[in-house]
Amino acid sequence: MEGIGLNHYLLLSALLFAIGAIGVLARRNVILVLMALELMFNAANINLVAVSRFHPDLTGQIFSIFTITIAAAEVAIGLGLVIALFRNRDVVNVDEFNLLKG
Amino acid sequence: MLDLFWLVPLIPLAGVAINGLFGRRIKSEKVIAGIACATVLASFIISAGAVAALAQLPSEERHVEIVLYDWIPSGVAHLSGDAVEETATFTVPFAFLLDPLSAVMILVVTGVGFLIHVYAAGYMHGDEGFYRFFTYLNLFVFFMLILVLGSSYGLMFIGWEGVGLCSYLLIGYYIGKRSAGDAGKKAFIVNRVGDLGFILGVFTIFFTFGSMQYAQVFGAAQEMEAGAGAITAACLFLLIGAAGKSAQIPLYVWLPDAMEGPTPVSALIHAATMVTAGVYMIARSSALFALSPFAMTTVAVVGAATALLAATIALVQNDIKRVLAYSTVSQLGYMVMACGVGAFSVGIFHLVTHAFFKALLFLGAGSVMHALHDELDMWKMGNVKKYMPTTHWTFLIGCMAIAGIPGLAGFFSKDEVLWYAWSGPHGHPLFWAVGALVAGLTAFYMFRMYFVVFHGESRMDPHVEEHAHESSRVMTVPLMVLAALSVVGGYIGIPGVLRVGPLAALHERFSLLDWLAPALGGEEHHAALAQGRDTLVASLQPVMAIVQNAEQAAEEAHGAGLELALMLASVLIALAGIGFAYFIYVKMPRRAGELATRFAGLHRTLTHKYYVDEAYDALFVNRVKDAGDALWVVDDGLVDGIVNGAAHATKRSASASVSFDDMVVDGAVNSVGDELTRSSRLFRSWQTGYVQNYALIIALGIFIIISAYLFLGSMA
Repeated sequence: MEGIGLNHYLLLSALLFAIGAIGVLARRNVILVLMALELMFNAANINLVAVSRFHPDLTGQIFSIFTITIAAAEVAIGLGLVIALFRNRDVVNVDEFNLLKG
Repeated sequence: MLDLFWLVPLIPLAGVAINGLFGRRIKSEKVIAGIACATVLASFIISAGAVAALAQLPSEERHVEIVLYDWIPSGVAHLSGDAVEETATFTVPFAFLLDPLSAVMILVVTGVGFLIHVYAAGYMHGDEGFYRFFTYLNLFVFFMLILVLGSSYGLMFIGWEGVGLCSYLLIGYYIGKRSAGDAGKKAFIVNRVGDLGFILGVFTIFFTFGSMQYAQVFGAAQEMEAGAGAITAACLFLLIGAAGKSAQIPLYVWLPDAMEGPTPVSALIHAATMVTAGVYMIARSSALFALSPFAMTTVAVVGAATALLAATIALVQNDIKRVLAYSTVSQLGYMVMACGVGAFSVGIFHLVTHAFFKALLFLGAGSVMHALHDELDMWKMGNVKKYMPTTHWTFLIGCMAIAGIPGLAGFFSKDEVLWYAWSGPHGHPLFWAVGALVAGLTAFYMFRMYFVVFHGESRMDPHVEEHAHESSRVMTVPLMVLAALSVVGGYIGIPGVLRVGPLAALHERFSLLDWLAPALGGEEHHAALAQGRDTLVASLQPVMAIVQNAEQAAEEAHGAGLELALMLASVLIALAGIGFAYFIYVKMPRRAGELATRFAGLHRTLTHKYYVDEAYDALFVNRVKDAGDALWVVDDGLVDGIVNGAAHATKRSASASVSFDDMVVDGAVNSVGDELTRSSRLFRSWQTGYVQNYALIIALGIFIIISAYLFLGSMA
């Protein structure tokens, strides 16, 4: 069999991205929003690694390592924000926060 | 001790520093009074030592000056014009001068001052302002010593103002009493008038002679012609000053009111020392006065008129301290008259004896008041001698001394005054007549007081009488010492006609008039004049001339015979006064009332002190008050109007500014804001604030963009 080709990866990546996007848009809990965000990151990473694998160019894989690193930092900041929010409001539901309402 | 006499004024100042700064903390009255008395005693001892040393010098060298430092060293101003180069100097050294005149004064001030300090320690016992009282009293002694020891008019002025200040502080000593405060203010303000005269006199002297120091002034005066306008003007100004301080017409009105102060103050300041400052100043300026016959006559007339006026008022006073106050005014008139007729040293002689017996009388009166619960009205006393034997006999000696009973101090000095009033270079029988009449009146009112207070039926309040007692020894001992001085004090100046037998020997040993001669001109010092001496003594030439004239005049008037006759006459007049007082107030006490009703108009005029206070009120005091009221109207209407108007205008413009700010500035800003708010309502509604809405819109936006890209890309 031809095995698994680039399109499989891209499809998986697209599915993961869609799941992540829906999670970000639909979940109420900030923690879960953050986790969905991680899904979207990793969908992008899969894309990068897969494309790098099928075009013999390691730049994409290296780039994905950078992305993972940045994502770790992002999570740290994100969770920090969540804790600050929780301390102020005793709540972590995003629909409770509408201070920017015009 | 001669080179130490500069310490004399400074020691009491140390007492002021100690009691003034720490007196409140020193609780013990004994310590406070001890410090105050000790400083004055130390001054007295040094004074006595210095004067004794001075007496060792030959009479023409008795003139010691100690310069402490240059007080006003304004130096030399060169006014160089084209061809003229003028120099003007104004230097006043802080220097003390000890000569026979200031020697007599410091002995009186510190000696009598010490006795009164001791007395005051008893009199003021238990007073809450004890330390304050002794601080003021020491300060007074300091300033008085500066006044008499200063070697220039500048320094005399310091003392002059200083004693005025202390007098004010001590008259108003009972700070809770309104009348005391009023009396203090009256004394201060009336003295200001005199001080103005004094300072104008000093200015005139400076402009005329270019110096304020006695030696230079009197030396330069020598060059002037007698009767020069500048000298007459200076002397008349100085006379105004003397009238203020020594309570002469027209400025005597403050002294009777000054009796509001504690009695030791009345004795020390308002009888024995400060009020004699004017007499001292005239005597000190004798070289100037001698050059101005007009000023001399004015001085004599003022003195005689004051003596008579005050003596008549004293006849009807019922307050014992006021009788003594008017008596003081009257005796000061005597001294001034003596200076005015040219007998300066006689004026000083009377000053000394008066200091003794008037201090004695005041302290005696204070002792009576003390025993009778501060009673002042002599008609509420009577038969006090039963309770206060010591006070009684010392007071009697004082009365006899002031009345001029032969043998006591007052006799000698008063008789000298009267003799020179007749025979002095500017004397006139009229002055003698006034003086003799005053002597009779004095004897009458003093013994009226004596009989009413110490004899007759007791009219005391029974409660007061219960507690009547002789004063403590600390008060009676000064009385006894002063009584002794009132007896023997006169023997330092024995009148010419009495210089026989033992009195002549006494005269040979010491005579105040001879002692004062180097400073004031005496009887036997024309010879000394001939020799060149230092400028101060030489400057006294006119005084010497006066004395010479006096003796010639006396000889012309049959000398001794006349002197003796006048003496007898004045003694007889005094005895008549005493007899009259005895007759009216002891023999037939009802006659006093009858006399008062028969001469009701006169009696009323005298009781109201010739309405002088009322006249001054109408002429000056109320006019000043009117001027004050007028100024107040100006102040209230114009000055306050301007200020308040400015304030109102400011308030108006501020509120206009506020409304401009509110309506125009804020209005513009707010309306822009409001407009923006209104116009942005649509867009605001889009901003939900929910993060997922934004995320959704972003996602949709990306979707649309990518779709469009792909769609358009496929079409191309």
